[in-house]
Amino acid sequence: MSTLDPLLLAGTKAKGKRPWFLDNPDVERVMNITLALAQEVAVMRERMDTIERLIERDGTVSRDAIEAFEPTKAEAAERGLWTQEYLARIFRILQQDREALESPDEESSEDVAEEFAKT
Amino acid sequence: MADSATLPKDTPAYDGPPDYRVVGKHGVYPETTHDEIARFNFLAQMNRHLSTKVMPGVAEAFEARVEPGFKKEAGRDFENRHEVRKALTREPIWQWWSALRRATMETRQQAGRWTTIRQADSLNETARALTEGDERLQLDPKLSLPRGVTAIDHHCMPGSYHSELVPGDVTGPANYDAGIFATTGGMLGRYNDGGGVAVAEWAKRTLGPDFKPKRILDIGAGLGHNVLPIAEAFPDAEVVAVDVGAPMLRYGLARAKSMGIENVTFVQGDVTDLSQFEDESFDWVQSTMFLHETSYKTMPAIFKETRRLVKPGGIVLHVEQPQYDENMPLFEQAMRDWDAFYNNEPFWTKMHEIDLDQWMKDAGFSDNELIHDGVAAIVDKDVFPDAAEDDSEDYGRKAAWHVIGARKVA
Repeated sequence: MSTLDPLLLAGTKAKGKRPWFLDNPDVERVMNITLALAQEVAVMRERMDTIERLIERDGTVSRDAIEAFEPTKAEAAERGLWTQEYLARIFRILQQDREALESPDEESSEDVAEEFAKT
Repeated sequence: MADSATLPKDTPAYDGPPDYRVVGKHGVYPETTHDEIARFNFLAQMNRHLSTKVMPGVAEAFEARVEPGFKKEAGRDFENRHEVRKALTREPIWQWWSALRRATMETRQQAGRWTTIRQADSLNETARALTEGDERLQLDPKLSLPRGVTAIDHHCMPGSYHSELVPGDVTGPANYDAGIFATTGGMLGRYNDGGGVAVAEWAKRTLGPDFKPKRILDIGAGLGHNVLPIAEAFPDAEVVAVDVGAPMLRYGLARAKSMGIENVTFVQGDVTDLSQFEDESFDWVQSTMFLHETSYKTMPAIFKETRRLVKPGGIVLHVEQPQYDENMPLFEQAMRDWDAFYNNEPFWTKMHEIDLDQWMKDAGFSDNELIHDGVAAIVDKDVFPDAAEDDSEDYGRKAAWHVIGARKVA
C-alpha cells in the first residue's frame, strides 16, 4: 500500500514565493476559501442534477449510476449554462465594479438627497 | 432522446467548455469520480468566466484610471511594460482578477493532485507494466537537472516536471494531463493534442507531400501530448521525445502505447547537449511551448544543437506565444507577463522580449532559411471550442501560437 497522504499532498504549495494581490492578505485568504466553497457548491449542484436526470430517465438511482452518468451534449449545455449563471451571480460585485468605471462622477444618494431638499 | 428535446424553451445558446467527460481516456488516464469531474467542470467554467467576464475589466480600468493616473503622476507616458504592470498592481480590478486567477490555478492543481495521488499505487503500477523493459523508455538517473526546472515549480504545479513522490511515480504527469482541460477550457481537444495536430497539418500543408520525415526529434516534450499527433501523422517516422523529467517520460511512453502509438522513444536528457545523436540525423526538430521554460544561458546552446541535428532540407520549428515586439501595445505585453510573475513562469517575460530571428541566426541559420507562421489548435469542433474562431483573449493561455523556425538549405 502507498504511504502517500493524498489529502495533504493535494493541497501542497508549489515551489516559489507566493504572490499576493489584494491590499489585505487576510481578505485574499477569505477569497480563496470562498472560491473553494463555491467550487464545492457547483459540485453538489452537478451531482443533484445527475440524480434528477437519472430518476427521470430510469425511475431509480444508485451510486454506480451516478458515477457512470454521461450527459448528452444538450444536457451538458444546460449544466454549463447553469454554471455560467451561477458564476455571474457569485461575481456580481466584480461586474458592478466594471460598470462603475463608465460613470466615475456618478452622484450618490446623499448628494441627491441634498438636492431634493432644496426648495 | 434527441439532444434538443431536453432544452427548455428560450434557452440561450451555450458558448462554453464542454463537459469533462468528453476528454479522451487512454490506458494510463486516472480514474475520475463524478464529483472530481464536476470539480474540473467548475474550474474550466471559472477560467472561462475570468477570461471573458472579469479580465476585460482590466483593460477598461487601464484606460479609465490606470493610464491617466500614471500620466498625471509621472507627467509622461509609460516607457515599458514593467511600468504598466506595476501601475496595474494598484488597480482593484486587476487585483481581484489576479487573486482569482492565481486561486483558480492553485485549486486546479489541488483537484488534479487529489485525483491522481489517491490512486498513485494503481497509476504507477499501470505505467510500470506498460514501460518496464521497453527500450523506448531511456532514463538517465545521473542526469543533473537544469536550474530552469528546479528553481521554481512551473505554472504552480507542485513538483514540476521532475519530482517523484515515490520511485516510479507518474502522478505528476497524470495530474498535468487530467487538468489541462480546466486551464484551457477544453481548447486543446480530446487528448490535449490540438496543438500537435495543428503543427502536423501545418507541415503537410506547407511542405507538401515530398516532405517525408524519417526521424523527428521533440525537445522539452513533457508527457508527449504535443508530439503524439505528429507521430500519428507520420507513422513511418521514428520519433524521439526528449525531456529532463523522468515521470513525464515514463507516463508518456505508457500513454502513447495505450493509445496505439508505437513510433515514439522517450529519452531523458538535457536538450542543451544532445551529443548522443549524430550531426544531421533528424528531418524535423520540434519544440512546443518549451522555450519559455529555458533561460538565456541555455537557449543559444539549444538553438545550436537544433542546427547541428537537423538534416539539410529538414526543419526546426518552435511553437510559442508571440514575442513582445514594438507593434505589441505595452498593456498587452504587461498582461502577457502575468504568467511570468504570478504563475511561476519566470523566464516567460525575458524570453518574449528577445529578437528570436537574431538568436536563430546566431546559431547558424541564415535569413532565407527562417520560417514565421501561426497555428491554432485543431480540435473536434462538434465537441470542443475552436481557438481559431474564439475572439476572446487570455493573454498567453489561448490555444493559438506563433511558429518560428527554419528550413535548413539542402
